[in-house]
Amino acid sequence: MFVTVFALIIINKAGGLIYNRTFHEGGLNKISTNDYLVLAGTFHGVHAITARLNPLHPPTNRTSTTSSTAAAAAGAGGAPGTHLTRPDPPSGLEVLETENFRMQCVTTLTGIKFLLFTDTTQANVDLAIRRVYDMYSDYVMKNPFYQLEMPVRCDMFDRKLASYIREINNR
Amino acid sequence: MAHLGPGKAASSKEQAGLRYPSNGKTIYHRPLNRTKTAELSQSSFAYLFSEMVSYAQRRVTGIQELEKRLNLQGHPIGLKLLDLLLTREPPRSQTRPLTIIALLHFIKINLWTHLFGRQADRLEKSSNPDTPDEYMIVDNEPLVNAYISVPREMSQLNCAAFVAGIIEGVCDGAMFPARVTAHSVGGKEEGEMWPGKTVFLVKFQPEVLEREALIGKG
Repeated sequence: MFVTVFALIIINKAGGLIYNRTFHEGGLNKISTNDYLVLAGTFHGVHAITARLNPLHPPTNRTSTTSSTAAAAAGAGGAPGTHLTRPDPPSGLEVLETENFRMQCVTTLTGIKFLLFTDTTQANVDLAIRRVYDMYSDYVMKNPFYQLEMPVRCDMFDRKLASYIREINNR
Repeated sequence: MAHLGPGKAASSKEQAGLRYPSNGKTIYHRPLNRTKTAELSQSSFAYLFSEMVSYAQRRVTGIQELEKRLNLQGHPIGLKLLDLLLTREPPRSQTRPLTIIALLHFIKINLWTHLFGRQADRLEKSSNPDTPDEYMIVDNEPLVNAYISVPREMSQLNCAAFVAGIIEGVCDGAMFPARVTAHSVGGKEEGEMWPGKTVFLVKFQPEVLEREALIGKG
């Protein structure tokens, strides 16, 4: 059997841990609930720092593919006709890879972070994490008993998630 | 006959004002949604229903009261749907159901297809001889509960009480007064096929059974 997905962590926009689940024992070290909370908070901070630390995307102009003079003019006085678009906000840390596992992070537009810990050889993590986000928006956000920003306790979400990850892990 | 206001003596002349389409189809015969498949977004329904549940949850003291409120939200829909669905039947079969079985079939087939796009999964009569007035409509996965996970401390609750209210409205409108409640019967185990299975328990008033017995004799 090929084990590929180890664990999922969901962090709310304030850096609080709202969901954590291990799908396979042995892939990662076991840590206590308190450590999970610390891990979530720490990651949230690190992520915020990395979002500021990217020299590749200067946040002022991203449209200067044609001429740098136009952009400079736009910067100086807002020349008419210059096509200015709002740049994508820097995404921050997306992938963390070690020799034992790979961690992928997706931040949603509302600031929730999904962290999926997988085997280093796992392919299509983007797709899997996207699917997890879909399930979250279906079975958590459409549930009248869920309170925003609070820990996720939805049977239906647990069940659907488990069956989806089992499908991946048994492939 | 909405145009017959008070003080309209010459109503026979006005009659020409109310025109029917030549094919006899009025707005009641077709859904307002004219898209090809007549489908609606399940997500928008889910959000709406979620708000309905939250609304019903305000200032309630217990689960029974919450279910009662959801039931009340559904009741008027049932009353109106009975009329609407019968209007849409071909004129030959445009009578309201006259026996319990006909009524339950109408609910299982017509009502369910109209609301959820499929029939209910099963129809049962209570096997208990003490309660001959109880019938059960079984739905393996109610559409209204598609995204709802009831928290553990409210495990008695089933939000399909709203659908139970619709059924109750149909029964009341067809002159079969009844009490309808929704109960979850799906197992909580891991490999359960239908974890959201719901039974709608229809309990008719004694006079309904009395009448049914008289009709049976005649």
